Amino acid sequence: MDGAGHHSAVPVAVTGLDHFFGTGEARKQAIWDVSIEVARGSLTVLMGPSGSGKTTVLTLMGCLRDVQHGSVRLLGEELNGAAEARRVALRRRLGFIFQAHNLHESLSATQNVLMGLQVHGRGDNALRLRAAHHILGLVGLGDRLDYLPGSLSGGQKQRVAVARALVSNPEVVFADEPTAALDKESGATVVRMLKTLGRKRGTTTIMVTHDNRILDLADRIVTLEEGRIVKDVRAR
Amino acid sequence: MTALLTRLMGRLPIGWLQLAHSRTRFLAALAGVAFANILVFVQLGILGALNDSTVAPYDLFGGDIMISSVDANTLTDGSNVARTRMFQALGTPGVADAAPLFIGNIEWQREDGGSSTLQVVGLDPDRPAFVPASLRAPVAGLRISDTVLLDESTRGLPAGALDGASSASPYRFELAGRAVEAVGTVSVGGGFTADGTLYASDQTFLRLFGSRSSAAPNHVLVTVEDGIDPGVVVDRLRAVLPGDVVKVATKTDMAAADLTYQTTERPTGVIFGFGVAIGIVVGLVIVYQVLSTDVADHLREYATFKAMGYGQRFFLGIVLEEAVILAVLGFVPGVAISAAIYSAMAAATGLPLAMGVDRAAMVLAGTIAACVVSGAIATRRLAAADPADLF
Repeated sequence: MDGAGHHSAVPVAVTGLDHFFGTGEARKQAIWDVSIEVARGSLTVLMGPSGSGKTTVLTLMGCLRDVQHGSVRLLGEELNGAAEARRVALRRRLGFIFQAHNLHESLSATQNVLMGLQVHGRGDNALRLRAAHHILGLVGLGDRLDYLPGSLSGGQKQRVAVARALVSNPEVVFADEPTAALDKESGATVVRMLKTLGRKRGTTTIMVTHDNRILDLADRIVTLEEGRIVKDVRAR
Repeated sequence: MTALLTRLMGRLPIGWLQLAHSRTRFLAALAGVAFANILVFVQLGILGALNDSTVAPYDLFGGDIMISSVDANTLTDGSNVARTRMFQALGTPGVADAAPLFIGNIEWQREDGGSSTLQVVGLDPDRPAFVPASLRAPVAGLRISDTVLLDESTRGLPAGALDGASSASPYRFELAGRAVEAVGTVSVGGGFTADGTLYASDQTFLRLFGSRSSAAPNHVLVTVEDGIDPGVVVDRLRAVLPGDVVKVATKTDMAAADLTYQTTERPTGVIFGFGVAIGIVVGLVIVYQVLSTDVADHLREYATFKAMGYGQRFFLGIVLEEAVILAVLGFVPGVAISAAIYSAMAAATGLPLAMGVDRAAMVLAGTIAACVVSGAIATRRLAAADPADLF
């Protein structure tokens, strides 16, 4: 839903986005005049060589980095100059899947997933527990519910991270190389799950990936090079 | 434990889970907090011993009011008071009685080759109003010259050396070249200026201190008539007595002034005060280091939570949860080890070192406060950074 409480047809709209790293003489422009609109329920893939700026664009769109110049409208709200409290509130409506899974090492698989629900405040613990177990079952970890990340394989950890991102039914999912640690079948399962969410619930997914195996499932493929969009292809 | 905390807090007890996950680091953190506690406890113990040993001698004699020389900052220093002040006091309305108090330190060369400094208290055995109630009977027996009550807790005196000392079977020893008989004992213990206490009649005191005169006691003790406020009598005495020669105060106020002087003017008091301050600062640094290291070690995980929409209050909650757990669990070994150190120090020095509930509660509260403040400071970097910069 947008700020007015309605689902936005364009949950992410970027216009004239520039971004710089460093200060003084070391200041370097990483993103050059990027503009893109992402349709609700779509699966958009950001591609490009290393250092092309795709992760930077993803983190700027996902409210994980301050917008310096240009406009990023996320779920109807302008991020450039947004107060921290608004950004925190927006993040709760998103799902993030990171390349390095970033699971909390001292929490079990279930507890990590519960963190995705607990962010919305107090609630029925039993209901939440059932939801966490259900989604872990969907990603094939029904028999690993109480395992700590240290006892899981890389692929299993990534599936916990996916479950954590999706358990609260986010409006937009930002995923940075979510299938990098997964085998072909697991990777396809995750992407198919994201596609299904888009179709059934209108969840929008923006994904950075090098994985050519999943390109067939994308609705749109945006290619960046040296901080600029050089190709924007929509699936027919 | 986790289920209980989840129920109490309404969320997963991340702080507890984080601490319990890495037991070695948890134990190291607890050891750090316990060490900080021990540091503060030991310094407070020494300062407390100074305080207690300063105030305790005021319980060795009775009276409501003291008349002392203006330059007498403590019980034992300063000039003497002319006995005429006692007679002036006796003529003041509201005064029930007055008596001289003699105090002086004397070196006792023990038969075993060691030596002890004794604080000698000289009181008139025929004036029981100026003797603590518990000592009135034995002090009454000091009318016989060169008989004394000796401190069985005197530093250096072998344990049990005075067992059975009585008028029928006195403990005989030599003091200031005189043969003296201990016909009873008291139990006071050592302080910073003496190793023990010795009670004598005023006449025996004057024989032990040949240069002293009965006309010039150290202090004059005054009791007030029943139902009269000692403060009122103090004002009357101040009006009667020359303020440039003597000072008048209630015994309680005199003890408080002595304590203030000892802790703020005397080098020992100032040094011990600094010891406490340094102990607290070092303790704070240790606690901050423990918590800031913990935050730094989990920064990536916290950044993920921040990306998920958790706000600064959530992170503060985690760190404060850890702070309270560390403060409470670290306090337990800290207070236990400190109590053992107190016992060892008391046995070695004879100083009044004991773990009081008020001191323990104060240190626990201080430790929790220090942990909480340190935790809050440690999360500042997290508050300022973008989640993407922390991965």
